[in-house]
Amino acid sequence: MVEHGDIRVVHRGGSKINSREPVVTNDSRFLLCASGERVKVFSTSTEECVHDLRGHTDLVTGVLLRPTNHLQVYSCSVDGTVRLWDFTDGILIKTYDIGYPVYAIYASANHEGVFFIVTPTQSDNRSELFQLVAVHLPQSGDQLVEAQELSAVLSNVSSNPAATGFGRGGEYIASAKGLHLEVYFFKKQKSYRFSLKEDNKKGGKNTLMCIACHPKDDCIATGHEDGKIRLWRNFNHKKEYTYTTLHWHHNAVSSLRFTPEGTNLLSGGLESVLVQWRYNQESERDFLPRLGSAITHIAVSPDGTLFCTSHSDNKITIIQSCVKVSAVIQGLVNGESVRTDLMVDPRSKSLVLNGKPGHLQFYSLQRDKLLYNLDIVQQEYIHELGLQQFEVVKVAFDAPGNWMATVEERKPKAAEPEINLKLWAFDEQTQSFVLNTTVSAPHEAQITSMCFSQAADGQTSMLVSASEDGHFKAWQLPRSACTEDEGPSWSCDFVGDYRGLAPQCCCFSADGSLLAVSFQEVVTVWSPASWELLTTLSQPPKAIRDLCFGRLGCSKYLMGTTASNLLCCWNLLTCSLEWSTSMDVSLLLSDPLTENMAAFCCQAESTDLFVFKPSEPRPVASLKAVCSGKVTRAVFAPREEMLESCEESSQWLNRSQLYFLTQHMDLMTFTTKAEEDRLAASSKQLFIDDSVAMTPFYLLLGKHRKQENQDSLTRLSAELMPLPRGSLAIKELLQSPAHVLPSTSVLCSMFVESLLVSVADGSEESKHAEEEMESEKEEEDSEGEMESRTPRPEPASPGLQSAESAAPALTKAQLKELRRVKKLDHGWLADLLLS
Amino acid sequence: MGEFKVHRVRFFDYMPAAIRAMAFNRRTERLALARADGALEIFNFADNYFQEKVIPGQDGRAVEALCWVGRRLFSAGLNGEITEYDLENLRPRYTVEAYGGPIWTISAVAYSLSGCVPCQVGCEDGTVKMFEVLEDRIQFQRNLDRQKGRIISLCWHPSASLIAAGMMDMIRIFDVETGRATHRLLVERGVGASKSKEVVVWSIAFLSDHTIISGDSAGKVQIWDGLTGTLARTHLVTKWDVLALSVSQDESSLVAGTSEGTVVQFQFLSSTLDGQNKDWVRTRTFKNHSHDVRALVHTETAVVSGGMDTQLVVRPLLDKVEKNTQESAMRKMAFPHRSLVCCAKKAGLLLFQFPDHLELWRLGESDGHGNPGDSLPVKRKPEKLIQLKRKGEDHICCSALSPCGGWLAYSTVTSFRLYRLQNNTISITKVSKLPKDLRSAHQLCFSTDSSRLFASSINSSVVVVALNQPECKYLHTLKPKSGSREPVHLLFASEDGKWLATANTACEVQVYNLDKIKLHCTVPVYGSCPTAIAIHPTSSNLVVVHADQQIFEYSLVQKEYTEWSRRLQKQGLHSLWLERDTPITHVTFNPKHPAHIILHDMFMFCVIDQSLPLPEAKTRLFNQMILRSLPEPMRILHRHAFKMCKTFQNLMCVRLLEDHSLVVVERPLLDIMSQLPAPVRQKRFAT
Repeated sequence: MVEHGDIRVVHRGGSKINSREPVVTNDSRFLLCASGERVKVFSTSTEECVHDLRGHTDLVTGVLLRPTNHLQVYSCSVDGTVRLWDFTDGILIKTYDIGYPVYAIYASANHEGVFFIVTPTQSDNRSELFQLVAVHLPQSGDQLVEAQELSAVLSNVSSNPAATGFGRGGEYIASAKGLHLEVYFFKKQKSYRFSLKEDNKKGGKNTLMCIACHPKDDCIATGHEDGKIRLWRNFNHKKEYTYTTLHWHHNAVSSLRFTPEGTNLLSGGLESVLVQWRYNQESERDFLPRLGSAITHIAVSPDGTLFCTSHSDNKITIIQSCVKVSAVIQGLVNGESVRTDLMVDPRSKSLVLNGKPGHLQFYSLQRDKLLYNLDIVQQEYIHELGLQQFEVVKVAFDAPGNWMATVEERKPKAAEPEINLKLWAFDEQTQSFVLNTTVSAPHEAQITSMCFSQAADGQTSMLVSASEDGHFKAWQLPRSACTEDEGPSWSCDFVGDYRGLAPQCCCFSADGSLLAVSFQEVVTVWSPASWELLTTLSQPPKAIRDLCFGRLGCSKYLMGTTASNLLCCWNLLTCSLEWSTSMDVSLLLSDPLTENMAAFCCQAESTDLFVFKPSEPRPVASLKAVCSGKVTRAVFAPREEMLESCEESSQWLNRSQLYFLTQHMDLMTFTTKAEEDRLAASSKQLFIDDSVAMTPFYLLLGKHRKQENQDSLTRLSAELMPLPRGSLAIKELLQSPAHVLPSTSVLCSMFVESLLVSVADGSEESKHAEEEMESEKEEEDSEGEMESRTPRPEPASPGLQSAESAAPALTKAQLKELRRVKKLDHGWLADLLLS
Repeated sequence: MGEFKVHRVRFFDYMPAAIRAMAFNRRTERLALARADGALEIFNFADNYFQEKVIPGQDGRAVEALCWVGRRLFSAGLNGEITEYDLENLRPRYTVEAYGGPIWTISAVAYSLSGCVPCQVGCEDGTVKMFEVLEDRIQFQRNLDRQKGRIISLCWHPSASLIAAGMMDMIRIFDVETGRATHRLLVERGVGASKSKEVVVWSIAFLSDHTIISGDSAGKVQIWDGLTGTLARTHLVTKWDVLALSVSQDESSLVAGTSEGTVVQFQFLSSTLDGQNKDWVRTRTFKNHSHDVRALVHTETAVVSGGMDTQLVVRPLLDKVEKNTQESAMRKMAFPHRSLVCCAKKAGLLLFQFPDHLELWRLGESDGHGNPGDSLPVKRKPEKLIQLKRKGEDHICCSALSPCGGWLAYSTVTSFRLYRLQNNTISITKVSKLPKDLRSAHQLCFSTDSSRLFASSINSSVVVVALNQPECKYLHTLKPKSGSREPVHLLFASEDGKWLATANTACEVQVYNLDKIKLHCTVPVYGSCPTAIAIHPTSSNLVVVHADQQIFEYSLVQKEYTEWSRRLQKQGLHSLWLERDTPITHVTFNPKHPAHIILHDMFMFCVIDQSLPLPEAKTRLFNQMILRSLPEPMRILHRHAFKMCKTFQNLMCVRLLEDHSLVVVERPLLDIMSQLPAPVRQKRFAT
């Protein structure tokens, strides 16, 4: 990545967790996966991220448990290093400097002191050819080791890590590329190469996609583009090799994995079905369907109890013994396109953008976790190619975050587009947005822009939508118009147009007193209070692309970019052009917390960033070549705590963070040295308790609970003695079904009595009272017998036991019987005996 | 190449019968194949899979199983009889009644130390009957213990002391010495609705390590330990039946044929590369049939399968053969390697031969003229003149129509019939008085002037009969000097009536001088069987085409190979020519261009222009379309003698008529497919 002084462009938050196969630790408690420049450690039971292993300076391309020590993990990265971590404590143990970008890493327990990496054949990164290289680890105690001893094993391998695998006992390594399968035997130092025809007569495509080696037998499974799986055997013969073909998938098999015992083969692909084949009984197979989206990787825990599948929507599913999905770890859903702009929810400070089809996702950048998905379209999504479905295309929030407006659109071929404008109110109770108003067909053509009035005084907010049909409409919530059972709903307040031109952008000033709407090359400024056209500003010859009011001290300025590569700044007090400069701005946005504005300029296949204040045409900060390609989506996200950076060039990052999407849909952000140092420091504070998976939740609760435990212990001992009958009575009251209880008036006195502290005159009295109560109860019981009542659970009342501690535990029925006998007049018996 | 007016005939409703059983003789590399109509065919796998011999079927003879004992071939069928065949005279030699109801299977010991070979049959009534194969007959020896339920399949252990028998719901192992069953292996029934149905063990194999492999009607291939009688492994192969099994000779590979038309291969592989622990693993699946695979043979290098869809498929195992050779190409044999069509050149009549009748058609006429490639309007439609049903039980084995269209002859195994045709009135009269020597024939041929009939008879001899108006007269019998006993399968009488060429399955080609009534010469024997012979009308050169696609031209006058033939042999034929997988079934000459030889196989017909240079073996063989598009100097450079035409497909016959028009009889394979019964229902993806 590019460095500018101390500001770096990094992956932070929302990065892909499905790029590489996840790794399950030996005890199945943790799941490790590469995510951007870090390795994330998730708990398999709680789905929470326990911690991340930070240290790589570029994308992590592989995670691998160290075969000789199951508490350590290797990670490799494009930055040319392989690092060894203790993942339970998150400590970096060693760094091996390879010097070349590493794309995949493999190791086997039978090759001690060696691991195998995939690097480009030429040292330059652009090369398309990759080779498999064995790295002999130097014995050294240093933390940073330079690995020098490299020896090539296979040339021309695929950079896809799923296309290479170790065979039984590490005796051979198999690698697939294109139509060829190559098996290298370490002992004989000989490789065999098998080729398939490009496609057969029946239209099958034979390109190999992935590979898996059986752990016990000499059998290699390969997945192919046409959905076939081949099981290769006898591959130490040039000619007499043989294979079995299995076919269930109708599309390319993207991942294959044998279970550790080798009894099952797992396969997955576009169908989003996990298929489990019985090894040697391939006609029997089990399916786990409806996993949500296409499977990209499959991992199996070393004891075979957990399966993990990565999915194309940036999700990892943890499956218990192929039947039950036990946990889902969802990352930021990165669709093919983000139709809505990147937005920040003012309440939760989460990033809002398109998620699953028809949904908005709320993604917390600080915690790097998906908060929730909000179903906007509220229609079932049909998985079919080429079907036009509703899509969320616009979203806007008002300043306090009470209202959200969404626009969904469906564009059937050769027909008018269907547009719905929906307004959502924030519900304090559910802490979520609730649909308030649906406006179907708010405009006749596509909505180009939509914004809420930024009025800070807590007034009723106003929404303005601009459309290609030549109108912009203001929508307002009547203050207390309707008092029916339904709450107030939004309605159109004003329709404006200007010379029949189509409005492109609209923007409210910071105090909400001005509305700027651009019509082609003309910017019109309106007063939302009276809907009066105040003034027009124009900057021919090209149309306005972006409009943005300045904030805070610069709120008198209106910034605009035009298609003719001009950045203009108008002073609204003088209604004149303050300054303009020529630059090809692809995106202009303002930081709501500071006066700063950011402009992304596309120049020669790469994007530069300029941060400036509208008051002066001099950039506060500028970063060249932030990323390749054009940046069209970006957002300022407020920081949780302010950063204290004194350096001028990075001050603009103190209050908010700038996130942007590259053309490859990677979410990137800028970081400063100070911030990185702080993060590094905070990560060291974490420690792990062996008994429970370490999650932030646990950190919060765990200590608490421990205290509680101790407290409760002491409390228990204190509370053991008092109120034997009181507790009994309460228990009776609480445990008996309501319909068999006598009326409250009857119970009340008894209940109150039971709460009184008994005089310590002896247990006799208490016993007596108890007896009375019991007898009462009995009567009531016998009454109750008329209606067949459900047998009551027998409470082992501690009061009773303490009262009759000497007696062996008697059942309640027996006790009752005893008491009845006791109550009977035994005089006649005495008489009898005497006579 | 020349232009021809073509009669494109598609009204020959030839329908081959389904394949029921196969047996492969590894020593002679002959495959015996039985069809549903009782016909037997012998293919020589050593000679480019040429169909050497055909023994016509018989009504009521349903062959259920075949077995070779040395060079002798036995069959058993549902009529309860065991038949041995006379492969020299192409007829059943004798029939023995087994007295046990329908026979489902027959099996012989592969190797025997003593002279007498035991051979046994499994019968409907549950008995396994042992027969002793004697020099000239078979003799009933004894019954093994009678079981309840029919015996469907049998297999000898290679040591000849044990027999495994597949029955309903079970497999029994018999000790041959005592005749008692030593083990009873119960076969599980299918699941679901088929639970109540008995499971049929359709096929069984007994390996030398006492492994028993069974294929059953529940779709399972099961591997049993024959010593302990326990089930080792079950492979569920299909939802339907596993009908046939075959094991390779080294017992490392096994194929199973199913009702779905698939052939599934299993291989005896060790689970680890160096390990000893071997196991049967399902490997490849071949799908070359649309219907049941009823018969299977696993040869050294290939899987040979046949079934309801009437095609014989030879699928080479690519791990056993060299890649990209002639051997590695898959073959499908749909048509017989001999002509079932006879054409009267002068009269424009076609005779179609069916197993139970003959059809005589008159070709249509057209007087239109058009550009090459156009189809002309038909003035007179082709019409069916006569349908002649055969008499007796035996199926027709050969037939012929005289060039003038006045005589029609056909023969079965037991009888010979000759008819006189009156074409203008369409009447047919049987010639009642026939010479005694003409009792049956393997091949028939009329001379060009329709005055003589040649019929190949026993011991490679040819009977010559003179055809006169009311009756016919035996003239003489031509015999080869070699004393070969193999049947003559090709006859050709030269146009001038002077020569008669014969070819027999021992690869001998004899030429008789009909004027002198004696053997003129014997063409040097070539290692491959002739598939078509013809004598040039003017130069009296004999052209012989062999099963390995070689072409020879032999001058009858000089009694030596002609210059062209020597040049061809020296230069070698083009690989494209050699790689064709159907034999040339007919050779004829174009009277307009004496240098042209016209030949055809199933997929093309070819005009060989002897005046043009032969193609180099290494260069690309341009077809006529490309040649025509090349510029003049290039065309001259690249032109060659072999002019092939692939416009017409699935050719049964190509003949040149007297009026220089070409008759092409096509039988599209799709038409045959459409007449087959519906295959088993299969769920197909996305339907």
